[in-house]
Amino acid sequence: MTQAGVESDVVIEAIDVGKNFGVTQALAGVNFTVRAGRVTALFGENGAGKSTLMKILAGIQPPSFGQILVNGVDVELKGPTDALERGIAIIHQELNLCPNLTVRDNIFLGRELRRRTGGIDYKGETQAAQDLMELLEEEISPNAIAGDLRLGQQQLVEIARALSADARVLIMDEPTSALSAPEVRVLFKVIRDLTAKGVAIVYISHHLEEALAIADDIVVFRDGNLVATAESDEVDLPWVVSKMVGREAIQDFRNSARNFGETVLSVKGLSVINPADPLRFAVNNVDLDVRAGEVVTLYGLMGAGRTEILETIAGVMPQVEGEITVGGQPIGSMSIQQRLDFGVGLVPEDRQRDGLVQLMSVGDNLTLSNLLKLSKGGLLSKSEQNREAEEQIRNVHVKTEGPKAPITSLSGGNQQKVVIGKILMTNPRVLLLDEPTRGIDVGAKSEIYSLIFELAEQGLAVLVATSEVGEALSASHRLIVLARGRIAAEFDPRDVTREEVMAASGEAVEMTGNGDPL
Amino acid sequence: MSATTPVEKKSRRIDWGQLAVEGRALIALLLIVVIFSALSSNFLTPDNLIIMTRHVAMNAILAIGMLLVVLNGGIDLSVGSVVGLSGVIAGWLLEGWRIPFTDSVAYPPVWAVIIISLMVGAFFGWINGFVVTRWRVAPFVATLGMLFVARGFALLITDGQTFVNLRGEPELGNEGFLDIVFAAPLGIPMAVWMMVLVAVLASILLNRRPFGRWLYASGGNPQAAKLSGVPMKKVGTRIYLLSGLCAGLVGILLVADLKAATPRGGELYELNAIAAVVIGGASLAGGRGTVRGTIIGAFVIGFLVDGLILVGVSFFWQQVIKGAVIVLAVALDQWQQRLKESREAKQTQTQMLQSRQQTAHAVSEGRSTS
Repeated sequence: MTQAGVESDVVIEAIDVGKNFGVTQALAGVNFTVRAGRVTALFGENGAGKSTLMKILAGIQPPSFGQILVNGVDVELKGPTDALERGIAIIHQELNLCPNLTVRDNIFLGRELRRRTGGIDYKGETQAAQDLMELLEEEISPNAIAGDLRLGQQQLVEIARALSADARVLIMDEPTSALSAPEVRVLFKVIRDLTAKGVAIVYISHHLEEALAIADDIVVFRDGNLVATAESDEVDLPWVVSKMVGREAIQDFRNSARNFGETVLSVKGLSVINPADPLRFAVNNVDLDVRAGEVVTLYGLMGAGRTEILETIAGVMPQVEGEITVGGQPIGSMSIQQRLDFGVGLVPEDRQRDGLVQLMSVGDNLTLSNLLKLSKGGLLSKSEQNREAEEQIRNVHVKTEGPKAPITSLSGGNQQKVVIGKILMTNPRVLLLDEPTRGIDVGAKSEIYSLIFELAEQGLAVLVATSEVGEALSASHRLIVLARGRIAAEFDPRDVTREEVMAASGEAVEMTGNGDPL
Repeated sequence: MSATTPVEKKSRRIDWGQLAVEGRALIALLLIVVIFSALSSNFLTPDNLIIMTRHVAMNAILAIGMLLVVLNGGIDLSVGSVVGLSGVIAGWLLEGWRIPFTDSVAYPPVWAVIIISLMVGAFFGWINGFVVTRWRVAPFVATLGMLFVARGFALLITDGQTFVNLRGEPELGNEGFLDIVFAAPLGIPMAVWMMVLVAVLASILLNRRPFGRWLYASGGNPQAAKLSGVPMKKVGTRIYLLSGLCAGLVGILLVADLKAATPRGGELYELNAIAAVVIGGASLAGGRGTVRGTIIGAFVIGFLVDGLILVGVSFFWQQVIKGAVIVLAVALDQWQQRLKESREAKQTQTQMLQSRQQTAHAVSEGRSTS
């Protein structure tokens, strides 16, 4: 290991590094250093720029501008292999294993150990994989097929993969999202062993307390900017949170009309299995009610169960337990289509993929779920379709040249209004919206929410899932906080602070739990 | 040492699952042998087995090349045409190549004829790979185009005629092509030896070389493979080259088999190759499939067709039965996997609900005692 003076222990230095995606700036020019033998923890909300910077440092994306110095040398990272050869390894946020290969094959993929004949040294690889698993205190066979492992184990394989590279800089992007508490403790021990050997760790986690516990240096990002740096013993959790938040606020809807009618949607004891990891509940014994005219927000971290609750109500995901009623009538055994007819409308999270047909016009998209009602004698009536589409464009305030305009000509916010308009044409009683403002600029966000509150005023029961604290607070009548599939707290948004909400969501998770995932 | 015990258990269990998939094709093969032996006393004779295996061999060689492409999630529709083209090239060279703008005719020696024909196959395969990886044309489209292009060249070279004078002349030094290719060392036809050779080489490539691991990875999760530094374009190009090389080899074998080089040779062979790969348990989505399974798949198709001919089933019915067997094999595979998945899901569900009830029970008991 290089013996370190104060200057030379900087292994990576990013100077004015930034990234643009089209017109949006994911990362404004930031200056960032990583020091040997220390854990640098990155904090910031979704889209703050942490992952973008890490992808740049790991050679996965080139920066739009800026300079990267590795050990003081200006480099251009040509790809992940290039970065790895310079000693920079990354554990990805999304699991990136080949499900059809064994644990051993995954660990050494792209960096095979060779025999003198050029063939793979299976013996050596198996032994090395076994050693790594012992280091991580996990009984995973090197010959197990990666796709057969539960999610947490797959994450450990990813970690083993990065460890096997003998990197001098190890970037960990959400390494613990699928790990149990004992597994996290083992990982922390491994991290400490590595830093003692002079390895630099960059650590990203949504669990703020966990990241604070392991960090030496702290860096906070907000809206693509690096807004603060500190050493961990100088600061505490409230300081980190105060630096993280404070993004541009949307309009305040908390005091909009509260003429609530009867309970329309009622969920009792709902449990849903996590399809990616069948040993865990994605939704665990959740009760909730939404009244007519009410906008209820579900806030939670990634994996808290927001999407799963909405999709189970809409019939997309199967439930294992619990009762869902709409207007007093159980809908648990109905198909997606039957629920739609019964008045349950879902606006999905990924509108590009699940909500819109990109090749069709605005009008065709709007009337897509209503074609049967618009046809006469089995034939589509073009004029009828056009009339309905125009009416709906006015209803949901879509800014467009008309029903014939291509859907791709609309801005993100207007596309989202089309998705909402399409669902409204089925005359829903319950409107479920999953991250309705994802990828939409602030002004349009307020427009989407004012449409949502307008619809609520007309008597719809609305359930919104969001990962933005600001929106959960400003745009709801009632706020439900989820953590690991359970309801952690319920607030009146008029008398709760942002910090209280974030604390309840488990962003401050306790590190001393017994690790029981149930 | 205690850590290795679950290792052994696990790997054995996975092998069983693998065997079940391959075993299905094997059971089908046994069924075919039993049924046709019962229907015709000529089916299970050594002579007939050798003839049938020779028929199987050509399809098996194509299917192994196809398997490499399929493992990557691609498909190669051009192999039948490339078979025809490389066969025609062999016939053309044996009859003598008239050097342009001169009166002289070149008669390359037999070894050169064979190598040039193989290279033609490999070259056309490489073009497929280039178009797929660099121009990003979907494999289906790229190789569909090549299906026409290669067939067109075969027709252009021969002007639609068939080369039948393949014996060569001793004084020209190009005799013996048919003797070499039609030889049968130890009583086993050259085509079968070639099938064994190709199978062994492909097995080494897939199981022993990094290239094999890259190929399985690129089909199983392209994103992960790319991020791991797998040279995706190199892998993606080379598999088509190898598939073309296999087609070139079959082209030579086919010419020897027919004792003629016809531009129509190898028509629709690509479909039999795909069928063998699929019956052998490979997934067209990529990442799953073995050489062993593919060869069994080729035997299922070959024995089925030859058996139907032997017992006098009409060509028309042969087509119907062959098609039905292909679809049934894959449907069975899907059904088997769904069954496995749903059973596993049910098990974990009941386990989880039970353990939660136990926890709840323990909590309430703890409460009552305190």
